[in-house]
Amino acid sequence: MSEEHKRNIVIPGEIIVEGDNYLPGEGTEKQGKKIVSMRYGLADESNKLVKVIPLSGVYQPRRGNIVIGKCNLITFNGWVIDIGTAENAFLPLTETPRFVAKDRLDEVMKIGDIAVAQIFGINGRGIDLTIKSRGLGRIDEGLIFKINPNKVPRVIGKEGSMIKIIKDYTNCNITVGQNGFIWIKGDKIEDELFAKKAIEFVTEKSFMEGLTEKVESWFEEQGAVKKESKRHDEKSDEYEEERE
Amino acid sequence: MTTKGYVRSDGRKVTELRSPIKAEVGIIPNADGSAMFQIGKTIALAAVYGPKKMHPQHSQDPEKGTLRCTYNMNSFSVEERIRPGPSRRSTEISKITEWALEPVLMLDKFPNMVVDVHINILQADAGTRCAGINAAAMALAHAGIPMKDMVSSISVGKIDKTLVLDLDKYEDSEFKEGEGSTDIPVSITHAGEITHLQLDGKISKEQLMEVIEMAKEACEKIYEIQKKALKEAVK
Repeated sequence: MSEEHKRNIVIPGEIIVEGDNYLPGEGTEKQGKKIVSMRYGLADESNKLVKVIPLSGVYQPRRGNIVIGKCNLITFNGWVIDIGTAENAFLPLTETPRFVAKDRLDEVMKIGDIAVAQIFGINGRGIDLTIKSRGLGRIDEGLIFKINPNKVPRVIGKEGSMIKIIKDYTNCNITVGQNGFIWIKGDKIEDELFAKKAIEFVTEKSFMEGLTEKVESWFEEQGAVKKESKRHDEKSDEYEEERE
Repeated sequence: MTTKGYVRSDGRKVTELRSPIKAEVGIIPNADGSAMFQIGKTIALAAVYGPKKMHPQHSQDPEKGTLRCTYNMNSFSVEERIRPGPSRRSTEISKITEWALEPVLMLDKFPNMVVDVHINILQADAGTRCAGINAAAMALAHAGIPMKDMVSSISVGKIDKTLVLDLDKYEDSEFKEGEGSTDIPVSITHAGEITHLQLDGKISKEQLMEVIEMAKEACEKIYEIQKKALKEAVK
């Protein structure tokens, strides 16, 4: 974090900056020369763009987010998936990677199955999902648990740094859904539980500075050995912009 | 006015708020947003759930989200136990709270959804609706609901002919001298807009204008307390 990159907690109606050449970003509004916050969160300014990063509240779905959800209902042309938002998300038949016959929908996903999906559109009627990209689709084995969705960027770390450390030390494959669901897949159940413990440590200590170093020393204390990640980080492109 | 040297039953000055005034955010871990507000002996707790899908479906509004407040006084909140459950009074205050908060909320971003606000009065010593609105405003902000501004609320009273700020229970219900007491709860945004004003009793136009001025000053103080509580909620 550079010096001019200041971050303050703002409340609704509070003036963040005053001046002509600022642009109002998400969670803000321009009122004359002032940029005013429209929600509670961390005010962030970069390249004259001012936005408010949420710190609390329910998960707000966004286009491009990777989410983990449970299949609720099978319709004639797709699946209804509960991703923990007010609106149910819909995964249409056309968004599957291979051809599926209309009467064979439950071969891909049955009611109660868990899947990793990507949000490709949000319209007035609801959220549309896709499982066409790599790393998406039904989950068959592993461990799933939920954390506070506001802590997800912390668990991922800057450009995926935090999750990479956890992956290296626990030798597990971890997929973090932006809606707070985390899927861990390791060779042994002990590894998976250890990774879960590590992630819970991160969420508890999420407001600490220099958390990445703290987590590394925590792993050393636990006696874990770092393995250089042999697997290629195939999911690194899914990590959304990261905040400190 | 002969208000300068007026001393109230509890020794406060006319424009003095009760103390302590305490505010805390994030006290209910299960809720999406929560807050506590205490002024004097009155304690209010607010919890926000949502935005979530409105059920039953026929009450959904496809144009904008709905705010649903529930005000409840706990049976132990007053000296003489009150019957638990909704009453004529609590239904009215729930509606009043909705109207006081709705103007600052940007609910058009949540069509077909509802934001639930549950307000519980743990201890009642007059001014519970104001404490409830203060707590609810903080809880809504904490829940990350888009808001144009914060809302602060205070009750101004007229005891006999004197205007006083923030009535306590004695002044509100037991004061019977002269003209008796009148209670005027006012909710004001930080920008100075009035979102709620209630009056049941008699007051002159001039005095009502004075009431609003007094409330604005007091709400500024309450706003600072709300702001401090919200900023300190994150470490």
